[in-house]
Amino acid sequence: MAVATVSTQSGAKPKRSRSQFAQAWRRYRRNYLAVGGLIWVIIFLIAGIIGPWIAPYSYSHTDFLNVNSPPTWQHIMGTDNLGHDMYSEILWSIRFALEIAFGATLVSFVIGIVLGLWAGMKGGIVDQIIMRLVDFMGAFPTFFFDLLLVVKFGRGMGPILMAIGITGWAGYARLIRGLVLSMRKGDMVEAATALGASQMHIARRYLLPNVMNQMAVSLAFGIPNDLTVMAGLSIVGMGLRPPMPSFGNLVAQAGSMMLGFPWMMYFPAGIFALTLLSYLFMADGLSEALNPRGGD
Amino acid sequence: MAGHLFEVDNLNIEFRRSDDKVYAVNGVSFSIGEGGTLGIVGESGSGKSVTMMSCIGLIRSNGTVKAGTAKFEGHDLLKMNRKQLEHIRGLEIGVIFQDPMTSLNPLMRIGDQIMEGMIEHHYATPRDAFDRTINLLGEMGIPEPKTRFRNYPHEFSGGMRQRIMIAMALACEPKLLIADEPTTALDVTVQMQILALLKEQQEKKNMSIAMITHDFGVATNFCDKIVVLYAGQVMEVAETKEFIRRPAHPYTIGLKNSIIEVGQRDRALKPIPGMAPTLTSPPTSCSFADRCPLVTDRCRNELPVLRQVDGNHMVACHRAEEVLNHAV
Repeated sequence: MAVATVSTQSGAKPKRSRSQFAQAWRRYRRNYLAVGGLIWVIIFLIAGIIGPWIAPYSYSHTDFLNVNSPPTWQHIMGTDNLGHDMYSEILWSIRFALEIAFGATLVSFVIGIVLGLWAGMKGGIVDQIIMRLVDFMGAFPTFFFDLLLVVKFGRGMGPILMAIGITGWAGYARLIRGLVLSMRKGDMVEAATALGASQMHIARRYLLPNVMNQMAVSLAFGIPNDLTVMAGLSIVGMGLRPPMPSFGNLVAQAGSMMLGFPWMMYFPAGIFALTLLSYLFMADGLSEALNPRGGD
Repeated sequence: MAGHLFEVDNLNIEFRRSDDKVYAVNGVSFSIGEGGTLGIVGESGSGKSVTMMSCIGLIRSNGTVKAGTAKFEGHDLLKMNRKQLEHIRGLEIGVIFQDPMTSLNPLMRIGDQIMEGMIEHHYATPRDAFDRTINLLGEMGIPEPKTRFRNYPHEFSGGMRQRIMIAMALACEPKLLIADEPTTALDVTVQMQILALLKEQQEKKNMSIAMITHDFGVATNFCDKIVVLYAGQVMEVAETKEFIRRPAHPYTIGLKNSIIEVGQRDRALKPIPGMAPTLTSPPTSCSFADRCPLVTDRCRNELPVLRQVDGNHMVACHRAEEVLNHAV
């Protein structure tokens, strides 16, 4: 047969491989809103981590001499009707909000990944059952379900976290299943199967890493959503039990004092709104940056 | 040639469709000897890929193997359960696919992808697998294997990726390599390099190759035996030399005449008219009859069986002798 000599161009210096992370970061950087969002989210995270140490007062400390105080040097964000220092309350709220939002999102995410991968891989009857469950969760008034769970299991950290977590997985499962379905019959899975990979191995090493991009985006949208649900629970009086502060509690409390002491509303509501917005900008930026068709 | 490594006998495969069945493979038999290269040639939809892929258990969920055996080293692959098949795939039988652009995991370094099979199959320890991967990349003609090991698939060209696919398929030194149109998606110049590489590896390791292709030229260049499939049936089997010299089936002649060769401006191209049929009932007459220039009434009424014309040359045509003797 005609044997062509196998020659390869080795002259060009191999370009240092630019990691996908670096490429994504370059795309992300172009979006100013997303960068702003990221900065605020990072501040929020740091505040959540070190907040309890830098807070000037404990969240249960009451200053009877300065009730309903406007911002002063002593209480830089004022105090509420019991004399709680608003600045400290907010720092603690951030801590609790982060714990619950991240915990709940993690719970939903794990349930969503397992069920979504399973449904997408197996297809057939398993898929049908899981997807009907997803439809059920989607159609069910989940906030009502959250309320029921919290009433049943109490208003502590754990029950609220689990309640929000186990009602929020349907979206993740549906998304993963869709992505897996589009890959399951693809060349990559076929090639891996042909070289002897088991289904478990394919799910773990091939499907999961390849859906992670989209999942990161959906996670970034999921966290503010869980924050909102948590605040919603507080506003109807089923959130964290006072004196543990949460944004929902603070806002609900301030609502009745709005006319007399508006700053009680400004600080918690403002910071909370800014946080939600920042998460959404960040999620938006991520979805653009992680999209392989976004150019470089 | 010592013994048959891989032997397919009377394979029948059907596919369910919403309102009918498609008879994709109808009684296909062939064998590959140890160290032999078999070309499986046919048009799109002739069942060539389905035949090979169903043997290693890669059949779409709406397809079923109705009858037949596919013996690999004496064991029937079609009777194996999933675990046994997973053990054979990759370790004893390697596969290369048509499109290297979409077959690699975009998020895994190529070195890790090559190593993966060896480690998962317990073929080598991670340390040995690493050394072997570097060697393999070198053998595949990839420059600076140590650097390239750490690259991702998108940093390679199509030809390079196909080399990586080959390295993956060869990682565990399989006895049989199924190459499913390995050069179709590549440039002509790269095609030849890849074929040369495969040939070199095949000779060095005394591996058998089943080359699935629609390109008659590739098959005659690469293989020492050729099977022509049409509508899921074997039309002709012969050694390559015999094929080039004395094709005995009108379909084979049609295939040969449809090849465009450089420097043959004056030769009229004679494409085969019509399209390959999709059989929705088992064949009862010659499937090629409607497109055959030599068709007779007998062809339309009687199914030609695969019979020996001379030596190892087998043909399924009523008029094969006439074709061979240039009587028509």
